[in-house]
Amino acid sequence: MLSLKQRRSLNTLLLGVLAWGVALAIFFPIFWMLLTSFKTEIDAFATPPQLFFSPTLENYTLVNERSDYLHFAWNSVVVSFGSTIIGMMLAVPAAYSMAFFETKRTKGTLLWMLSTKMLPPVGVLVPIYLIFKDTGLLDTKTGLVIIYTLINLPIMIWMAYTYFKEIPKEVLEAARMDGSSLFQELWRVLLPMSKGGLAATVLLSLILSWNEAFWSLNLTASEAAPLTALIASYSSPEGLFWAKLSAVSTLACAPILIFGWISQKQLVRGLSFGAVK
Amino acid sequence: MNKKRYLAAVMAVGMTAAASSAIAATKVTIGTVNNGDMVRMQGLSDEFEKLYPHIDLNWVVLEENVLRQRLTTDIATDGGQFDVMTIGMYEAPIWGEKGWLTPMEDLPSDYDLDDIFPSVLGGLSFDGTLYALPFYAESSMTFYRKDLFEANGLSMPRQPSWDQMKTFAEKLHKPEEDQYGICLRGKAGWGENMALITTMGNAFGARWFDVNWKPEFTGPEWQNAISFYVDLLSNYGPPGASSNGFNENLALFNSGKCAMWVDATVAGSFLTDESQSRVAEHVGFALAPEQVTSKGSGWLWAWALAVPVSSDSKDAAKTFITWATSRAYSQLVEETYGIASVPPGTRTSTYDNEEYLAAAPFASRTLEAIGNADPNNSTLNPSPYVGVQFAAIPEFQSIATQVGKLISGALAGSMSVDHALKAAQSITLREMTRARYYSN
Repeated sequence: MLSLKQRRSLNTLLLGVLAWGVALAIFFPIFWMLLTSFKTEIDAFATPPQLFFSPTLENYTLVNERSDYLHFAWNSVVVSFGSTIIGMMLAVPAAYSMAFFETKRTKGTLLWMLSTKMLPPVGVLVPIYLIFKDTGLLDTKTGLVIIYTLINLPIMIWMAYTYFKEIPKEVLEAARMDGSSLFQELWRVLLPMSKGGLAATVLLSLILSWNEAFWSLNLTASEAAPLTALIASYSSPEGLFWAKLSAVSTLACAPILIFGWISQKQLVRGLSFGAVK
Repeated sequence: MNKKRYLAAVMAVGMTAAASSAIAATKVTIGTVNNGDMVRMQGLSDEFEKLYPHIDLNWVVLEENVLRQRLTTDIATDGGQFDVMTIGMYEAPIWGEKGWLTPMEDLPSDYDLDDIFPSVLGGLSFDGTLYALPFYAESSMTFYRKDLFEANGLSMPRQPSWDQMKTFAEKLHKPEEDQYGICLRGKAGWGENMALITTMGNAFGARWFDVNWKPEFTGPEWQNAISFYVDLLSNYGPPGASSNGFNENLALFNSGKCAMWVDATVAGSFLTDESQSRVAEHVGFALAPEQVTSKGSGWLWAWALAVPVSSDSKDAAKTFITWATSRAYSQLVEETYGIASVPPGTRTSTYDNEEYLAAAPFASRTLEAIGNADPNNSTLNPSPYVGVQFAAIPEFQSIATQVGKLISGALAGSMSVDHALKAAQSITLREMTRARYYSN
């Protein structure tokens, strides 16, 4: 019979093993992609899959020769950061009004916003393509910034709304009693208090925009194509391509992965914000 | 004084801008697929731009299915994002009929259109008008391991029958040694399993539609063909064959696990490349199998370059595609990458070259296979459609994708062949009725 202390230790150990197992399962595809990027095409397709092989940089050299990586990467940076900044400028005031000045239609509005995410994008491809064509937005970074902002806005508002709801109304009322203007109330009180949550919102929007492939493939050609379009150019139905595709995918993931790594403290704090009161 | 200087500066800037816009290069955006031949074409862009400094090439390289969706959206909405489109034999006549493509008329005198295979030109035309220039073409053929055949006292005929293929597969199938009798496409898709299955159906005397556009999946021909296919691949194929496409089978054959494989002629260059294949020196080539007929037993496909009517730079685009599909381009590829890299299947002059025939051991069979394939006469009984492994009608993609899933399901064992064929008949009938080919 285990003592209470022993049971707790065992629970901690089991939880630790489970956490490591889940973490490794999530990380494994990324690890395999990285590994494959250093293989030859034959090694990449070998069965059974090879863990040990002679590494080569030839795939990276080939990607560098064939594609203008920096051009695609710059487009990704502009559209991801552009759409996130504009999205936050719209999401914060919207979430503020919904969280602190709730009306009988607030819940319905929130649900309606989320329902726009339930429509398969291909369903609106032709109308959006025609609008973009008529307004000269096809193959422009401005066009992608607009579409990414609109795609991510419901989630950004929802996240910001959830974080704002955790903040007691009384804190804002106290600030108002002390003579704060609306801007001061937002800037000096609300934003510092929900900093972790908003950082997580920003990061999620950046990741979603960075990885978005459907609209970037369909609305761009050569000028505004981001890294997702570059990845698509290395897939082929005739011929071996896994190693090259892995190399270009590694190059495409690297910037956002590094950015996520640097800001993981804010992300974890944001995601667990309000979890323990 | 300052005002004068300011005015002079403004005028200078204005004149420079005007001059630079006058000599600005015409931008030509090319949408193309990612495969070896197209990547080489992209690599030779500089040579074209040296010849035509007033034309600036921009490339959009995409995976085949993504490109097809992207180009279809653009051309159907008159988007004008692309000046040159890489399209196949399926799209060329359909888009040509709709008036979406610029007819390929008044080609330069040295282009030598007569040098291009008539079957390829026929597949890219509608009503006698050519709408795209072929970049490369392919048929299908049988690849087999000469060493295994020799060791087992077998001999592969010039064109085997499917029955013979089954006999060979039975003898060569040794799964305990990681050696499978035959590899065939099983992955669902109109360009994946349905390409092979349609040619197999043709060989068994089947057709997609009768002369009144009624599907025939419940007839004995399709029943025989699909039962044979499922039985052959289930008994003598690799495990998980229903998810194998071209690339998966290529990897299996290259690693020495397939004794035979029927697929695109373009695979010949991969299988004989020692840097990719462990069995490069043992690969033999035969025509795609026949059965009750040899008509339509090998497919015909070409990737071609076309200029959409929505392009703002039609002349520059046409200049590019005539260059990229010319004999001079083939010579440039030969000088730069070697003779085996010359785009195959389009020009007779390529196959008149003894050096090419020596460098590409699969070339003579490819030539024969392309010569045999006739998109206008590919079925034993008369049919109303053009195309060997497809029917060149807009509805085909959707129908064949659904039918492909059913047959892949029958191969995976999730349904019977009977059930798959009945469902295929019902789906095809419904779609054709919806498209108003007939009232019921």
